[in-house]
Amino acid sequence: MTNEIIKNRLTEKFGEHLSGWEEPFGLLTVNVAASMNLKVLQFLFDDEQLRFRFMTDLTGVHFPERKGEELCVVYHLHNMVDGIRLRLKAYVPVEKPDIFTATKLYSTANWMERETYDFFGINFIGHPNLVRILNVDDMDYFPMRKEYEMEDPTRRDKDDEMFGRG
Amino acid sequence: MSDQITHTQHHIKLSEESLQKQTTTLNLGPTHPATHGVFQNIMEIDGERVIKTEQTVGYIHRAFEKIAERRPYYQVTPLTDRLNYCSSPINNMGWHMTIEKLLGLKLPKRVEYLRVIIMELSRIADHLVCNSVVAVDTGALTPFTYVFQFREKIYEIFEEVCGSRLTTNIGRVGGFERNFSVASIEKLHSFVETFPKMMKEFENLLNRNRIFMDRCIGAGPISAERALNYGFTGPNLRAAGVDYDVRVAQPYSSYEDFDFKIPVGTVGDVYDRYMVRNDEMWESLSIIKQAITKINKIEAEFPDQKNVFYAPEADHFHIPPKQDVYTKMEALIFHFKIIMGEIDAPAGEVYHSVEGGNGELGFYLISDGGRTPYRLHFRRPCFIYYQGYPEMVEGGLLSDAIITLSSLNVIAGELDA
Repeated sequence: MTNEIIKNRLTEKFGEHLSGWEEPFGLLTVNVAASMNLKVLQFLFDDEQLRFRFMTDLTGVHFPERKGEELCVVYHLHNMVDGIRLRLKAYVPVEKPDIFTATKLYSTANWMERETYDFFGINFIGHPNLVRILNVDDMDYFPMRKEYEMEDPTRRDKDDEMFGRG
Repeated sequence: MSDQITHTQHHIKLSEESLQKQTTTLNLGPTHPATHGVFQNIMEIDGERVIKTEQTVGYIHRAFEKIAERRPYYQVTPLTDRLNYCSSPINNMGWHMTIEKLLGLKLPKRVEYLRVIIMELSRIADHLVCNSVVAVDTGALTPFTYVFQFREKIYEIFEEVCGSRLTTNIGRVGGFERNFSVASIEKLHSFVETFPKMMKEFENLLNRNRIFMDRCIGAGPISAERALNYGFTGPNLRAAGVDYDVRVAQPYSSYEDFDFKIPVGTVGDVYDRYMVRNDEMWESLSIIKQAITKINKIEAEFPDQKNVFYAPEADHFHIPPKQDVYTKMEALIFHFKIIMGEIDAPAGEVYHSVEGGNGELGFYLISDGGRTPYRLHFRRPCFIYYQGYPEMVEGGLLSDAIITLSSLNVIAGELDA
């Protein structure tokens, strides 16, 4: 099993919904259309050749400068039989951050999706219990989004440029 | 006076629903002597049987992922200490290895073997705590006092290497802060010599102990299929019979050079988890012995390797020795530059995982070329497998639920990050 085989198999099946193939540090990465995430996951789970039946990780990332696709859901899947990993990314707009839940496929996605909802506000459609998990229940914002600053905004020594950005 | 109290009529109005209810709601935690950490389980119990349980997590959530977005890479290391604080060196080194992967550093063999020694020592410390606490929860306090002496010895080695014990902040990007002292090597040797005797005694007290076996066998089982679906990793998955170990599946830090077995269980109950952890401690001890032999061989062959404790290529990431920082101007400037994160890391996206005390500890790092992570996510094994807990205890006895919790080795720091 190599990255090439996975890529060909996925392209054959979902060609037009996949884009941005990359291999950072050997880990095959692909962007999947948000509406197709569950179909792709289901295929990866069921396919006798691919067998990605272990979800290692699920998390979110906020890219405020990517207009129309600000929030990203990142899945790390693992085929334990062949010892190969795959990273899937699905981008959703911050105004309507809807994506299908993977809980029915991987029970482990339950809490990880709750965590992602808690911190990024991504709405996992069909999730059995999409409520906050680590933060207090009455919190009314999503703290991991980039607009919420870590530091006191009046401090000049903690500006972005001090951290090599902007 | 006491008569009055006993004869006082209660006028508490209970809702119709709770008057009709045949089961009892029990709050196990957040602070309860049997939970060993801040865990809350709201249980519905029928006599001694657990009907339903619902966990509440997040009591010690400290927003590490958010904090890490404003911390230069070295300042993230102390945050990782506080994830699984029973084996913090593994967390520290996992994080350093993630940065090394991003920077593309290759470490000398001696450094990697030294790391292996420290990581295996902390695995032993982690498993010792877990297994002795399982024994405490079944009513056997003595083994706990035996093993804690040896956890202490491990902490003394850490102290000798890095200066701290529990939250170690051990090592640097590219290796260690200083070479292992003579005293630390001596302590390591004395540990390797004395540990087997204690371990055998510990096993004699528990492994075939009728009371212990009756309490543990069949308590809190999980099948391999469900465990995989729940994302179990580490000893808990291996107890269910899946031989997945990151050290073997994706070797890091030269684990491929070592010869060791992966112990597996069959039904994934408390006893299996206990036995898997015990066997893993023996394997860890054998890895440590192999590492010492390998280091001695390297040193005999290349005497100049004795002073290699970090990768030469990581020079610009290596904090100068403290005595130089206080006496030499360049060293002081360099120290300041590194600690304040004046050295940029390349842009990139890395996922690196190590076999932590509880399973696959992953670091998902997105760097945009700045001095801090753009996004850092910890794949915390405890958080992921704790959601399988209700399935394991529902239908069982309440006392089984308690030993299941301790045998899962859920660490509050890692659970809540």
